[in-house]
Amino acid sequence: MSHISVRNLSVSYSGQLALDDISVDIPDGQITAIIGPSGCGKTTLLRCCNRLIDLTDGAGVSGSVLIDGVNILDPSVDAIRLRKKMGYLAQRPYPLPMSIYDNIAYGPRIHGVKDRQELGRIVERCFRAAGLWEEVRGRLRDSATKLSVGQQQRLCLARALAIEPEVLLGDEPTSALDPVSAQLVEKRFLELRGDYTIVLVTHILRQAKRLADYIVFLYMGELVEQGPTAEILANPRDDRTRAYLTGDVS
Amino acid sequence: MDVKRVEEAVAKSLMGLSALLVAASLGAVLIVVLVRGLPALTLSMLTQVPRGGYYLGGEGGVLNAIVGSLCLAGGATVLALVISLPIVLYQQKEYGGRTALAGLTRLALDVMWGIPSIVYGAFGFALMLYLGLRASLLGGIIALTFVELPIMARATQEVVKMIPAELKEASYALGATRLETASKVVWRYALPGTLTAILLAFGRGIGDAASVLFTAGFTDRLPSSLTEPVASLPLAVFFQIGTPFPEVQQRAYASAVILLMVVLTLSLLCRLLSKASD
Repeated sequence: MSHISVRNLSVSYSGQLALDDISVDIPDGQITAIIGPSGCGKTTLLRCCNRLIDLTDGAGVSGSVLIDGVNILDPSVDAIRLRKKMGYLAQRPYPLPMSIYDNIAYGPRIHGVKDRQELGRIVERCFRAAGLWEEVRGRLRDSATKLSVGQQQRLCLARALAIEPEVLLGDEPTSALDPVSAQLVEKRFLELRGDYTIVLVTHILRQAKRLADYIVFLYMGELVEQGPTAEILANPRDDRTRAYLTGDVS
Repeated sequence: MDVKRVEEAVAKSLMGLSALLVAASLGAVLIVVLVRGLPALTLSMLTQVPRGGYYLGGEGGVLNAIVGSLCLAGGATVLALVISLPIVLYQQKEYGGRTALAGLTRLALDVMWGIPSIVYGAFGFALMLYLGLRASLLGGIIALTFVELPIMARATQEVVKMIPAELKEASYALGATRLETASKVVWRYALPGTLTAILLAFGRGIGDAASVLFTAGFTDRLPSSLTEPVASLPLAVFFQIGTPFPEVQQRAYASAVILLMVVLTLSLLCRLLSKASD
């Protein structure tokens, strides 16, 4: 299991600072929630972990994100190999324009799995892990866009698992879902904890309480506080954390 | 409040009027062409090449022009598509979308779109003289490609621009390369729109007379080689309508009906394909 540590990470967009000198150690095999008000840099921090930040125009990054001791922000590090290690779930589900089956097989295929039986096994395993197998087993050749939004997000989870990542990154993965679908996705994260290091961005404090073992609180691009969930929630050391937890700032 | 309601009503009426104007224009063209052309449209027009004295009112048809037009526009469409795809990919920000070369290419395509097709015909003719070629299917295809390329490239580019960045990110996040994302995700998503772009370009190509006038020539025979002259429907219409014989002039309208039918059939086919690919 990969160990992620962030050291003195600063990110700016067209000269405007979005993250200021962040250092974080993400615990292995646990769920870490990055919380904070809108625009505090949560997504930026997450996108540095799989270098999706590279795709953002005008983003300037300094510092390091160490995965197993290797600074993945170093341009010599192959972003493609890195991303294979890091499953990613976006805010809204974006099924690829292909069948339900091909959405899951896409990742393994581009990483060299050609055998049909092997692909079939991967597809079933990942759908089962995402809790979607029973709902899609009879319609694997249908277009993925025909699924409900909640099913699409679980499809995206299955798709992320199909590349056999070591880390799962979720950028507010339940924010576009109805409560029942959100609950299903949350349940999957709890089941996957232990097998994967999971990092979730969320602005729903109750979700962080339900899921997270470890909390990272960001405010206006600064790391205010980090620690075990129970500790942060019970005894916040910083006034800004306290204000956020009590709802004085949101 | 009343003023706002009047504004709303006026705006709505203007919109309705504009829509009606477009529908009426198409209707008028169709009615004139169909009323004049349908009586002269016989099976032999579709299945035969012109016999001796066809342009004086004799027997025969315009099969040579139908097949010639399909070859000319089809060839140019394929060539324009092949050239457009890399151009469109390069216009994406992951490749060269922000570079000066990409901007220059967009400008060049926009200018090319505005150039009258007779200019492409004259350019193609000069090029053929230089190369020692004569009017031929190949010459026509090359000239028509110039006409179709800007339409195809710009229309496809607009389609590709509409693709959500998050969709591409979903592919990149799985460890896909730019090429894998482009070939397996971007094009699949853009396929229905690309089909429309192909249809637009083909429609423009098959209806263009000026660019093929000097470059493709005209013949009563079916096209047999890339280096032989080839007939086309727009020129068939042009030649037939220019005769002093009313029955031949009527055949010009019948040829126009055939041209409309070809474009309409392809349009429907594209719609079906684009629905099937959704």
